[in-house]
Amino acid sequence: MSEGISQPDQPQTLEGHKGDKDLFSKFDDIIAMRQGLLDSGVEDPFNLVMEKVLSPTRAICNGRETILLGTYNYMGMTFDPDVVEAGKQALADFGSGTTGSRVLNGTYQGHKDVEEALKDFYDMDHAMVFSTGYQANLGIISTIAGKGDYIVLDIDSHASIWDGCAMGNAEVVPFKHNDIEAMEKRLRRIPGDAGKLVILEGVYSMLGDVAPLKEMIAVAKKYGAMVLVDEAHSMGFIGENGRGVVESAGVIDDVDFIIGTFSKSVGTVGGFCVSNHPKFEIMRLVCRPYVFTASLPPSVVATACTSIRKLMHGSNKRAHLWENSKNLHKGLKDLGFQLGTEEPQSAIIAVIMPDLQQGAAMWEALIQNGLYVNLARPPATPANMTLLRCSLCAEHSEEEVGEILEIFEKSGKAVGII
Amino acid sequence: MDRAEVDAKIREIAEPFNKKGVTITEDTSFQNDLEFDSLTVMDFVAEIEDEFDIIISMNQQAEIEKYGQLVDAVTKMQAD
Ligand SMILES: Cc1ncc(COP(=O)(O)O)c(C=O)c1O
Repeated sequence: MSEGISQPDQPQTLEGHKGDKDLFSKFDDIIAMRQGLLDSGVEDPFNLVMEKVLSPTRAICNGRETILLGTYNYMGMTFDPDVVEAGKQALADFGSGTTGSRVLNGTYQGHKDVEEALKDFYDMDHAMVFSTGYQANLGIISTIAGKGDYIVLDIDSHASIWDGCAMGNAEVVPFKHNDIEAMEKRLRRIPGDAGKLVILEGVYSMLGDVAPLKEMIAVAKKYGAMVLVDEAHSMGFIGENGRGVVESAGVIDDVDFIIGTFSKSVGTVGGFCVSNHPKFEIMRLVCRPYVFTASLPPSVVATACTSIRKLMHGSNKRAHLWENSKNLHKGLKDLGFQLGTEEPQSAIIAVIMPDLQQGAAMWEALIQNGLYVNLARPPATPANMTLLRCSLCAEHSEEEVGEILEIFEKSGKAVGII
Repeated sequence: MDRAEVDAKIREIAEPFNKKGVTITEDTSFQNDLEFDSLTVMDFVAEIEDEFDIIISMNQQAEIEKYGQLVDAVTKMQAD
């Protein structure tokens, strides 16, 4: 689950009303809900403009200097001098864009280089780069699991996973979030000769909780299923080499596909799939969201390549990010906030709000006090919770985390939540 | 199990999910009458699946709008 503002990750059919004026009538309820929130006078949480970005952790937002605590820029690579320099060089040498698909005129040396960097980073045989992480999930899932195949997936999966399932026309069987037994029951009932794909995420971005991958992948393998793990929120940070929860759980050799993104720890834009499957390269010809779109600009793949290679040696930054996560979690808990997980499990700390109204008020108090967090609201959230999602950065200093806690205390008291 | 037995069993399972005590007939709609949201649907479907040891994929769920259609589908699946 993730960025859905007014819709859940799992796609839904909106019903129009009788006597509809036009095709937009089905959005009337959403328009009214949004208007209701704005009429209550809060600053629009979904219309924030960053006028100036000062660093991975600071920006001028709506005219105020603001600490950024909701950008998924986990490793703070966006202003790394080597990364920025690589991008400038590629822009000068290769131009602003490729104007073509990867399979035609859109594969430059930089695309090959970033795929090599990914193979080295994950120590895997194959790497395929897509224009976004959304397209990586859409493409790989819809291509490998087709009509008659079964996909077993967590109910809290990201929108790109749901959309990939729908596009491929496979039988889709969801199970309760992180419930190993529910997953096993479903796998057991699938016809033995059917193709099976289990889809999991390392870190779930709503609550920042981690999946029990060791147990789940063992179950998937017992039933002969292939396994795809989306490690969007763990790359560069979790696991000894930053390969994700699959690495920290010791099961990286048992997964068939890892999906990732350049839009979080890597600090640019793009998506990828890495795999050891001997036939993996055929994906480049049969995967429509790979073929029928233009490839990433040369400057983007150059920044991604440099960033990924630097992340391989990021153990000090990883250690500092863990400290930040632990400090923020403990501090918020001590202040009396209700959090998404008992212990910090990732670089996401979700603060649970009593309801949408108070959540929106708290978000506004934080932004006015100079702190940006991510507001997540029903229906995009599990159990219809309203959450303030905080994502930490390795570039947040210890003092900054202290400052963040002060802003939370001041705002929480003003709104009456603590 | 015949259709009547399946019907009785599903009614029993539906009971705790029917928060407003709507009278369930063959034509009762899960979305409009019972107002099930996606999480409720998942829990409800999981209980039926466990009871009858079947799978009702989301693709199959998409075809089922009304209570009677669910009883028909489950009756058929558990007989196969
Ligand atoms: C779990 C998960 N998968 C995939 C994506 C898509 O990544 P991208 O931003 O590269 O499209 C995201 C991010 O939004 C995500 O949270």
